[in-house]
Amino acid sequence: MLKRTPLFAAHQKLGGKLIEFGGWEMPVHYTGILEEHQAVRAAAGLFDISHMGEVRVRGPKAQDFLNHALTNEVRKAPAGRGQYTLMCNERGGVVDDLYAYHVGPDDFLLVINASRIEDDVAWLQKQHAGFADGGKVQLENASDEFGAVAVQGPRVAEFIDQCLARLPGSESMAAPLSLLEKNDVTVFGFEGENIYVARTGYTGEDGFEVVAPVEVIEGVWNRILEVGRPFGLKPCGLGARDTLRTEMCYPLYGHELDENTTPIEAGLGFFVALDKGDFIGRSVLAGQKEQGVSKKCVAFKIAGKSAPPRPHYPIWSAGPEVKQIGEVVSGTQSPSLGVGIGMGYVPPQFAKPGVAIEIEIRGKRFAAVVVQKPVYRKPTRG
Amino acid sequence: MTNVPSDLKYARSHEWVRLSGDTVTVGITDHAQHELTDVVFVELPDVGRRVKAGEACAVVESVKTASDIYSPVSGEILEVNKAVADNPASVNSEPYGGGWFFKIKLSNPGELTHLLSPESYKAQIGQ
Repeated sequence: MLKRTPLFAAHQKLGGKLIEFGGWEMPVHYTGILEEHQAVRAAAGLFDISHMGEVRVRGPKAQDFLNHALTNEVRKAPAGRGQYTLMCNERGGVVDDLYAYHVGPDDFLLVINASRIEDDVAWLQKQHAGFADGGKVQLENASDEFGAVAVQGPRVAEFIDQCLARLPGSESMAAPLSLLEKNDVTVFGFEGENIYVARTGYTGEDGFEVVAPVEVIEGVWNRILEVGRPFGLKPCGLGARDTLRTEMCYPLYGHELDENTTPIEAGLGFFVALDKGDFIGRSVLAGQKEQGVSKKCVAFKIAGKSAPPRPHYPIWSAGPEVKQIGEVVSGTQSPSLGVGIGMGYVPPQFAKPGVAIEIEIRGKRFAAVVVQKPVYRKPTRG
Repeated sequence: MTNVPSDLKYARSHEWVRLSGDTVTVGITDHAQHELTDVVFVELPDVGRRVKAGEACAVVESVKTASDIYSPVSGEILEVNKAVADNPASVNSEPYGGGWFFKIKLSNPGELTHLLSPESYKAQIGQ
């Protein structure tokens, strides 16, 4: 039996086409992937991300515990800030990539991938059991308590304050949401419940992610839909979420990341704070940083017209010695650029922008070029 | 409800067939294009290729998936629709018109009787 989010009925009502994703029954699109993709690039889109997991980490030693378990420097994110980070095993392999929201003093909310909830929680519990100050850290899988939505796009800031407003008399509330900085997170009230709102996302556009108790998430969803529609907002499915994140070269667990791939290989070294003291996986990651890696995640763009590249398609070197050098891990037809784009792992000598490669599609090889990430850059306006 | 024209025959694999003399034109149904959603690429067979009924001979790709197109009948590929390769979205906008895929010269016209009537195809797709 597939799991359903608290917004399942809302998806049915909107005519969403439902598919299986990581054990969940989720909308792949409502009207069409391309239309929804364009809505997010040009105006706004609303995504159900309730399938993602949440883990609460609280207590006077919560920060130290997380700094031991995660790769980024948690102390750089004071209360009110969120941080993209990774969780690695001793081999430096990625257990998951996640957002750590520092939602209050000694109070963190980790937002983790849907497909990784069980593995992450088991891994964190194991680390917690071995942590010297474990008694001063409370760890709790809150995934079933919360739903979540992402509202993304260049016009979101114009209407977000009409969706979620500060309650009268609630002095503790943050400034209007439109004044939040990127990666800020704040607590808001909605229908009597505390909800978390962060200026974060997975599309390359401005926007917010809202994590709210399952009891009120449909209210949040409906409110944003209603207020956002006149601004061009559309409900968006996982199809557009995937094309948007692929254009930005954001990793998706199970594609770019797995337990046998390190953040350094994935090109995510920026989120690995080797200088913060010891943490799980550090010695391997430091070694890779110093001595280099045997594979690197690159982004590529197909030169001409082709079928969309897809995961597991072979990547070939274009010369002088023509041979298979890797495999595509994510690929799609870029709705913004109109050509095939993707990511894949290749030996480091090929991992330079401008290097000619070939992507094999159903037995035929198509010319492509390694490009700088992200593949898509917003046109500068004016 | 999707469009199922009454003057065509249909394959269970969602291709339509329009007969003209000893030649048929083949495309995919409105129902199929609706299920596929935005078509972004069409790969057509070579002209002159001999195909058997049920043989995969073209590919249609949406953003999400690649799907084989099966020849509903046996024969020789006479002509392919280059315009649909240049403008794959026409599969969505006019599946029974400009979105056709290829024409086949029938080698076994008797096979046409194995195809579905509009009524049977409607029943198959639950209409």
